[in-house]
Amino acid sequence: MAFLEITGATKKFGGFVAINDVSFAVERGARHAIIGPNGAGKTTLFNLISGLILPTTGSVTLDGKRLSRMKPHEIVRIGMARSFQKVNVFPRKTAFENVQVALIANRNLQFNPFRDAAGLFRDEVMQLLEQVRLGADSGRRAGELAHGKQKQLELAVALAADPRILLLDEPTAGMSIAETLSSISLIRDIVQQRGITLLFTEHDMNVVFEIASTISVLHHGEIISTGLPDEVRANDDVQRIYLGRE
Amino acid sequence: MTSRPQLIFLGCLFLALLIVPFLGSRYLTELAVQVMILSLLALSLNILAGHVGLISFGHAAFFAIGGYATAFFLSRWQLPLGVAMPLAIILATAFALVIGILCVRLKAIYFAMLTLAFSMLLWGVIIKWKPVTGGDDGFVGIALPQFLATPQNFYWFTLAIVSISTALVWLLSKSTMGQTFVAIRENETRASFLGVNVRQMQLIAFVLAAIFAAIAGSLMAMYLRGMYPQSAFWTQSGHIVISVLLGGVHSFVGPILGASLLYLLEVTIHQYTQYWPLVMGLILLLVVLVLPEGLIGLFRKLYARLGRK
Repeated sequence: MAFLEITGATKKFGGFVAINDVSFAVERGARHAIIGPNGAGKTTLFNLISGLILPTTGSVTLDGKRLSRMKPHEIVRIGMARSFQKVNVFPRKTAFENVQVALIANRNLQFNPFRDAAGLFRDEVMQLLEQVRLGADSGRRAGELAHGKQKQLELAVALAADPRILLLDEPTAGMSIAETLSSISLIRDIVQQRGITLLFTEHDMNVVFEIASTISVLHHGEIISTGLPDEVRANDDVQRIYLGRE
Repeated sequence: MTSRPQLIFLGCLFLALLIVPFLGSRYLTELAVQVMILSLLALSLNILAGHVGLISFGHAAFFAIGGYATAFFLSRWQLPLGVAMPLAIILATAFALVIGILCVRLKAIYFAMLTLAFSMLLWGVIIKWKPVTGGDDGFVGIALPQFLATPQNFYWFTLAIVSISTALVWLLSKSTMGQTFVAIRENETRASFLGVNVRQMQLIAFVLAAIFAAIAGSLMAMYLRGMYPQSAFWTQSGHIVISVLLGGVHSFVGPILGASLLYLLEVTIHQYTQYWPLVMGLILLLVVLVLPEGLIGLFRKLYARLGRK
């Protein structure tokens, strides 16, 4: 059985079928990309996997455990962390505090009203911030950081949950080319180093072919192809639909 | 304000309160007692409003439960204070758990409305359940233990309870739990994706806020030697919300400042006119339009401006 399995997942919003009978599997240690044009349903699929919304039918399992009825906070506890396409940080907390509170939750200290949080986990927090190259910004409020840095902060926050699988929704959205390139290599290094399985969506084909070990193509809510990058690149349907070539 | 100026402020306030009884004015001593109790009440709401970001318009319900329960246990069951007060707090906690479970499912205005509904329900019960609450006339005549009979002693008792409570809320606000609360206020979705059960934490905050409100209510009942239905009325809840807004939601001392100032203004203005609600309306208008971060926000701005010069 694959590490993450999505089986027959369908999501309807009223009469609109956003995700239609989607099945695919993510192998342990894979760097699996979901690509597809805007409106293909990538974010909906992510929200469905991470528990933010319930599938209308179908199931999602992680390491054999069924996620479909779990709440997001329960899913995080069994080792799945995610980032969001739109930056999603704690804007008035500093970068340091953003990562720190993630560690607090990870260690189940949110129930302790007496444990002083000041400076708690300093070394670990700084290590994570440095890993995403935000060491120098630890004292700045997250909301005041540049967009690209907020994305990196989100990565550090997600890593603080000590995930076995990381879901990144458009990790380079809104970044400059230079930022994009450095972010990709950063993400690839981190997941390799920590042995994290990666599932991500991405609009930038260069990014996808740079880091993905497997690619699934989503079109109008359906997976039309899953395979190695070269196979997907060569697939006629994919070329026609996504890469825009006749 | 960060921690240090706030701690210095609280320290100075505590020292000032230590001196008050020695000034020899009974009026001042009694005024200080009421200011302390109302400050604690505002502080209790701020656990919910400031930390977790849920504004309750029915917070007075727990103030009233604490007060009525203390009155009842002291006078009807003639329990010693050391039993009556904890029992009143436990009762308020139980109510908060049940009401909280139902309320924290809702967001923002719906949460506010449901809390309001529960508090008005309680008010209705207080008015109708005469044998226990005294109905319209209130629960009059509480038998206080001997050691609290003099205003001086009652003052020290109030100062001790309010100081300990304030210290506990301070520790809470700096704790890992407090930081998790703030994370929920800042971004609920992100917090849940850290593995935090947001509803559960909101319920914990709701109950903690109710506990400290019940302590304030218990003190108020003993101070007044009675408890009155207005304590559960929506205007009382409104008062608490205005105190917190006036002082500043996102700070620790804000609610203390707000509650103190509001009460002192009320007492002063009552001496000149009966139209206090009119003045309070103007204050609220001013806060909402000009001071969105309350007095603390104003101080911060002034401080920043001075720092630049």
